[in-house]
Amino acid sequence: MLAVMGAPDGSGAVQGRRVVITGLGVVSSCGIGVGAFWEGLHHLPPPGRSRPVEGLDVSALFGPKEVRRADRFVQMATAAAEQAVQDAGGPDVVAEGPDRAGAHVGTGVGGLDTICEQDRVLIERGAGRVSPFLVPMIMCNRAAAEVSMRYGLRGPCETTVTACAAGTQSIANAARLIATGRCDLMLAGSSEAPLSDLGVAGFANMTALSRSGTSMPFDTARDGFVIGEGAGMLVLEERERALARGARIYAEIAGAASTADAHHITAPAPDGGGAARCMELALADARLSPSDVAHINTHGTSTPPGDAAEAEAIRKVFGPSGPPVTSVKGVLGHTLAAAGSIEAVAVALTIANRSIPPTMGTTEVDPAFELDVVIGEARPWEPGPVVSNSFGFGGHNGSLVIVPA
Amino acid sequence: MGGQMGPEESFDLFKQCAVEVLQVEPSKIVPEARFADDLDADSLDLVELVMALEEKFGIDVAEAELEGVQTVGQAYELVASKL
Repeated sequence: MLAVMGAPDGSGAVQGRRVVITGLGVVSSCGIGVGAFWEGLHHLPPPGRSRPVEGLDVSALFGPKEVRRADRFVQMATAAAEQAVQDAGGPDVVAEGPDRAGAHVGTGVGGLDTICEQDRVLIERGAGRVSPFLVPMIMCNRAAAEVSMRYGLRGPCETTVTACAAGTQSIANAARLIATGRCDLMLAGSSEAPLSDLGVAGFANMTALSRSGTSMPFDTARDGFVIGEGAGMLVLEERERALARGARIYAEIAGAASTADAHHITAPAPDGGGAARCMELALADARLSPSDVAHINTHGTSTPPGDAAEAEAIRKVFGPSGPPVTSVKGVLGHTLAAAGSIEAVAVALTIANRSIPPTMGTTEVDPAFELDVVIGEARPWEPGPVVSNSFGFGGHNGSLVIVPA
Repeated sequence: MGGQMGPEESFDLFKQCAVEVLQVEPSKIVPEARFADDLDADSLDLVELVMALEEKFGIDVAEAELEGVQTVGQAYELVASKL
């Protein structure tokens, strides 16, 4: 398998190449920008079926003509990318050596809002009135293309489309390009704008959404997820390059892995076997043991079967007294493909702030899980290796191992 | 609708469409303005503009008729010829 650090015995790794995080950007329902986001992770939003992002202003990023031709998932990705680029030192830093710099931006459904709007145009006004910009607006690779063009990144520009695992797997895929020597810098993340009536109806009718409008991951009373939207973006950089320019290093991507359940299109394998193998492979990739892990940022969506399967997987890998876990989805709801990259941003901030944000919304952890879920308030924490999980419809499992720099 | 319209009125309507689709200052929509150089409009912008014009004037413009259209004046003449 392809890995950040090569095979478990070290073969396949390019010696000396390590991947660090030097820029963060986030657009979320609890805050736009890392400061507001971190603060927002500690406050419970009011109940509701969805958690939209409010107050996103992209007028500084898109002209009046361009903004009409940028779907919401592209606008959010671009806003998050701009934050990450500025955080890393600005466009000149990112575009230095442009042939060895790339973009990898995942999504689940791409330009769904635009599909809905243009389908209405087709039905009401005819085929001749469908926008000539439809295709470049809806295509899932548009966000990656947008940031590649914007910052002049001429290396690989790609998109991972693996439903709710796409964010985590995008970061993994980008990190591998650096670890294996193809690139020195990647703009990596994901974006999702699924809150059109069509998108919400689809998830509601498959009974995935919470009827109570409450996201309460791992709670005894959990009844489904609250649907969210947003984007997370990270600047990943080869460590020596980052050190040479005196960059602020948030953390290191030390390992990553993907597996598949090969079980059912929407239901997780109930024994959590695919998820467990994924965490084990990611840890082997990072040359770490389960006992080295100090915290798990879970997928934890608040669905009855999903949380049970992940808890089972964690117990398989870490035993009954594993590290403290949290789910930021108590605040954000489930932002689908955006989740993995938003959570990677949360992990970088967890390390920087030496504090684990609580799983808001959860009051009584299901005792059968035997999990140390951080609830109530943030827990002061000595930074150590963190596993971040994402699992997607289709049976896609992705895990990252993020360690303090 | 176009049949009763005077040239000035129809150019004003044309201008409205162009301003809305291309998001440029109305003063830039003059006959000699070139779409690519002066209005930052590429071929897909032109397609979108023509769609808006077709709807506004109740006309049909075939794709082939757009070949060689580079200026506001040429585009307006194409529209005016159908009114």
